[in-house]
Amino acid sequence: MLPLFPIVNCLHGGEQMAAIRSIRESKIVRRKLMWGLIFISPWLIGLIGFTAYPIGASLAYSLTDYAIMSPPKWVGLENYVEMLTDDDLFSKSLSNTVIFALLSVPTSIAVAFGLALMLNQRVMGKAVFRTIIFVPTLVPSVALAIMWLWLFNPQFGVVNGMLWELFGINGPGWLTDEDWSKPTLLLMSLWTVGYGVVIFLAGLQDIPQSLYEAADIDGAGVAQKTRHVTIPLLTPVIFFQLVISIIAIFQIFTAPHVMTGGSGQPAKSLLFYVMYLYRQAFVYMKMGHASGMAWLLFLIILACTLVIFRTSGWVHYSGGERGTTTKT
Amino acid sequence: MLTKADSAAHEVDWTVLLTRFIFLITLLTISVLFILPFFWMLMTSLKAPVELMKWPPGWFPDTFRWQNYEDAVTYIPFFRYVGNTMAITLGSILGVLISCPMVAYGFSHIDWPGRDFLFVVMLMTIMIPFPVTMIPLYVLFARIGWINTYLPLVLPLFFGVPFYIFLLRQFFMTIPGELTDAARIDGASEPRIYWQLILPLTKPALATVVLFQFLSSWSDFLGPLLYLRDSDMFTIAVGLQMFHSEHDTEFHLLMAASTILTVPIIVIFYLVQRTFIQGITLTGLQGT
Repeated sequence: MLPLFPIVNCLHGGEQMAAIRSIRESKIVRRKLMWGLIFISPWLIGLIGFTAYPIGASLAYSLTDYAIMSPPKWVGLENYVEMLTDDDLFSKSLSNTVIFALLSVPTSIAVAFGLALMLNQRVMGKAVFRTIIFVPTLVPSVALAIMWLWLFNPQFGVVNGMLWELFGINGPGWLTDEDWSKPTLLLMSLWTVGYGVVIFLAGLQDIPQSLYEAADIDGAGVAQKTRHVTIPLLTPVIFFQLVISIIAIFQIFTAPHVMTGGSGQPAKSLLFYVMYLYRQAFVYMKMGHASGMAWLLFLIILACTLVIFRTSGWVHYSGGERGTTTKT
Repeated sequence: MLTKADSAAHEVDWTVLLTRFIFLITLLTISVLFILPFFWMLMTSLKAPVELMKWPPGWFPDTFRWQNYEDAVTYIPFFRYVGNTMAITLGSILGVLISCPMVAYGFSHIDWPGRDFLFVVMLMTIMIPFPVTMIPLYVLFARIGWINTYLPLVLPLFFGVPFYIFLLRQFFMTIPGELTDAARIDGASEPRIYWQLILPLTKPALATVVLFQFLSSWSDFLGPLLYLRDSDMFTIAVGLQMFHSEHDTEFHLLMAASTILTVPIIVIFYLVQRTFIQGITLTGLQGT
């Protein structure tokens, strides 16, 4: 916690002096409080106007039937009951999102970690490899979606072309086949894995060299060093990546929306949660229903994060450097 | 000591070399796989329409058809969209530059009761999914007549972005507190310390924030999709999506447009690579 009277420790005077000083200090504290609040005021105003108010309003909307044009009509929990019991597309979009999260989060983290491990060795042209792996993350999602449609076009795309020419294989329908559509999207998220690679790489470079030297003296090989030094020390980074990716994947929207024109086809296999939410809100104008979906998403993300935090016993923190909130 | 370690290193040298060689081959393969989609985009953007329907598709066009680029920028009001996107991007950058460092200063170099608590609150707001705030904000902006203007896309950024505030605060923490305390003893006011001492020292971090915001405004899709109605007002991302939904087979033009959309970002990234990577590192690691 923050010391309320930072200078108190250096005081040595008598009680009277101390009293005078504490008055002066409370003045200083008040002045600091004033300046602190002035400096953070943009964010505070934003917190109230662009975060707190909408969260509250969205909870209130979720209990109404609301189409913007006419005033909201109170319906209680009907929206929630309807989506949970009587909406096949809702359950489809939720299960699609959960399946894709289970598919994509572990794979992306593992691939990012593997690539970072390789890049961390003394290989030639490390900086070039790093750039090549990072650049795909810069492609705007709309362009990325169109690019993926064309690469994996079953009839004329280069992927099936290469499969045919090199291996004589008739490639699958990729994004047009309900069994292949999610794996194809997974390939896209693997192509844009560079962000995680850069973060893992930085984490790897933070590991003190002395630990590896100590392991060398004990006669440890590459595999043992990775298992007993690198991985334990990187668990905080893995943990951070896990939380961030889950939050992001539950909100996946742009790429599948552009690829399918918002339809989520084939067989609704690319209809993700936020796509369906968007449709409820801005196609069907069912703002109440969509707000309920948004709140449910919020609760799901919250629950996931809590579970991850509760089960974070595997995360290794060295030297009490835990948390960002402690003063550095 | 030294010789012992040396000879120990010497004995395992070949296994180390072999692993490194395998890594190198793997990395080379992966790099090729990472570059090929770009190459395919570029080559398609230079093909004639009939070549798109060839099986098996060749990598290279018969002749380089630069005409595609001209067609792509005239089929849709491309330069108009670029201009619109630039306007939003510049406004957004201005917004985050005014708000975020200021808030980050309030969260780092001034000690006040409740600061750390509010900072945790701010970090937690990063977790709030966008759809939760999306609908009420849309209703609010619709009510005050801001639909089909750039205000809903730009104005909120003048009230700070938690992620950037976090990044800048982490950076500000690397500046010793003794420095700001000394300035206070010399009678400098907080705004003056912020403006004349902290800001000039944090140019690299500010550059990182500018880059992140450029990237996010340039690529943003959902925001413009929600708030912009007239096709005259569209950004390049929404324009490209519209073009795709109307001409979903003309991949030579789509790839040309995508190339024009992507290349500026890659060039900028290449020029400022180091700052960029540092920025990611700063948030990614300190966030643990």
